[in-house]
Amino acid sequence: MADVLEVRDLCIRFGAIEILHCLTFSVARGSSLAIIGPNGAGKTVLLKALIGALPYTGSIRWSAGARLGYVPQKLDLERDLPLNGWDFLRAKAALSKASGAQIAQALTAVALQQHTLAQPLGSLSGGQFQRLLVALALLGRPSVLLLDEPAAGVDAPGQARLGEVIHALQSTDDLTVLLVSHDLSVVYQYADNVLCLGTRDSCFGPPRSALTPEVLYELYGARTGFHVHGAS
Amino acid sequence: MSISMALAAGLVGCFAIMRRMALAADPMSHVALPGIGVALLLRVNPLLGALATLLLGAVLIWAVERRSRISTEAVIGVTFSVALALGSTITSGEDLLDALFGNPGRLSLWEVVVGIAVPIAVIVFILRARHALVVALISPEIAMTSGVNVERVNLWFLLAFALTVGLGLRYLGVLLMGSLIIIPAALARRFARSLNGMFLLSAASAVCATVLGTYAAVLAGRPSGPCIVLVAGALFFVSLLWRRG
Repeated sequence: MADVLEVRDLCIRFGAIEILHCLTFSVARGSSLAIIGPNGAGKTVLLKALIGALPYTGSIRWSAGARLGYVPQKLDLERDLPLNGWDFLRAKAALSKASGAQIAQALTAVALQQHTLAQPLGSLSGGQFQRLLVALALLGRPSVLLLDEPAAGVDAPGQARLGEVIHALQSTDDLTVLLVSHDLSVVYQYADNVLCLGTRDSCFGPPRSALTPEVLYELYGARTGFHVHGAS
Repeated sequence: MSISMALAAGLVGCFAIMRRMALAADPMSHVALPGIGVALLLRVNPLLGALATLLLGAVLIWAVERRSRISTEAVIGVTFSVALALGSTITSGEDLLDALFGNPGRLSLWEVVVGIAVPIAVIVFILRARHALVVALISPEIAMTSGVNVERVNLWFLLAFALTVGLGLRYLGVLLMGSLIIIPAALARRFARSLNGMFLLSAASAVCATVLGTYAAVLAGRPSGPCIVLVAGALFFVSLLWRRG
């Protein structure tokens, strides 16, 4: 399987503080990579660097023709912002040159009702807004989805549905997924590989072999308990 | 001509308000002062000098913001203070007061052409770039992955903003033009529930204030600039009597 992304010796600094140190990994086309680590480990920073929003040293190479869809971590919007869901969706669709059919398909995928979109963005619930962000990322037929905690604020059935949607898209559209998550059960269930940040030497590999008890201890400390569904 | 100027101010104001640049319009207008001063010294049209320094100021603000990651409002604040100091040292007299508070008088052909062409250019830019402006406003990262050059869009918006402020020189005065950009948009923001709604309300309020203000100025024999801003302010305060739906 050809690689869609190749990262070599990626370092990111904010002034004197080094956020990411010499990160090297690759992502195969159609596979899914989970990025995990404690708060402040640099997960969001890594995704932003991958889309070209932050300066870095080292190299980030996307394969030719890769189309990126990005779901940012929860956004804080002003409650009285005079923009509704349709404004945001139509703007993104126009930029991505997405057709009406693609918009309808994206809304169905995230189970978002049309009347919800008529509400001002500031009045949408956290879960509704998060699903809207995922729908937006699906416009323009991306070949790679970068999701920064997409299930944050989404209720349990919504989370399950999101997981299923992303998994279904992967199998039908040969979609590559890079997913930041704190939920290890999601990592075990959906990720082909996992990248751990926040350890002395970042780990990389299939979750069942890369996430050793030592790595988990180093990542989250001794007193953290995990409920890993489906892990052997 | 004044209608197209009001339309441009109403539309630019929508994004200025949403980008939290409400207080930036007034300081931005001061950036025109050194240009007015130099133009008066060189005996060229002050509008030309004002537009030149406003555009230069917009590029400077954009570049400083980009390099230092300081907020637009803070950078405009610093640039405005320097421009005001510079402007007041090289300009004095009645001409400066005219530039600050407006004095339409008799317009030259060149001023008429600029007064029509620039608002149309600003209106076209806002309508064409509205999708990129909306997405970049909510998430610059989503805009980037959609193929938008966010920094370029920010620069174009600042230039449109600066040009709109510069337009006020001959009609409202640069100091009062900031008010015509912000007050109608602030009114529209209270009631609008969509981008088109905000565009419509803001542009309609700006045009209404311009027409009524000009009419009131003629009746009262006073300068039109302050009258237009007073009407815009009155519309805003009257709107506070209505509860937002």
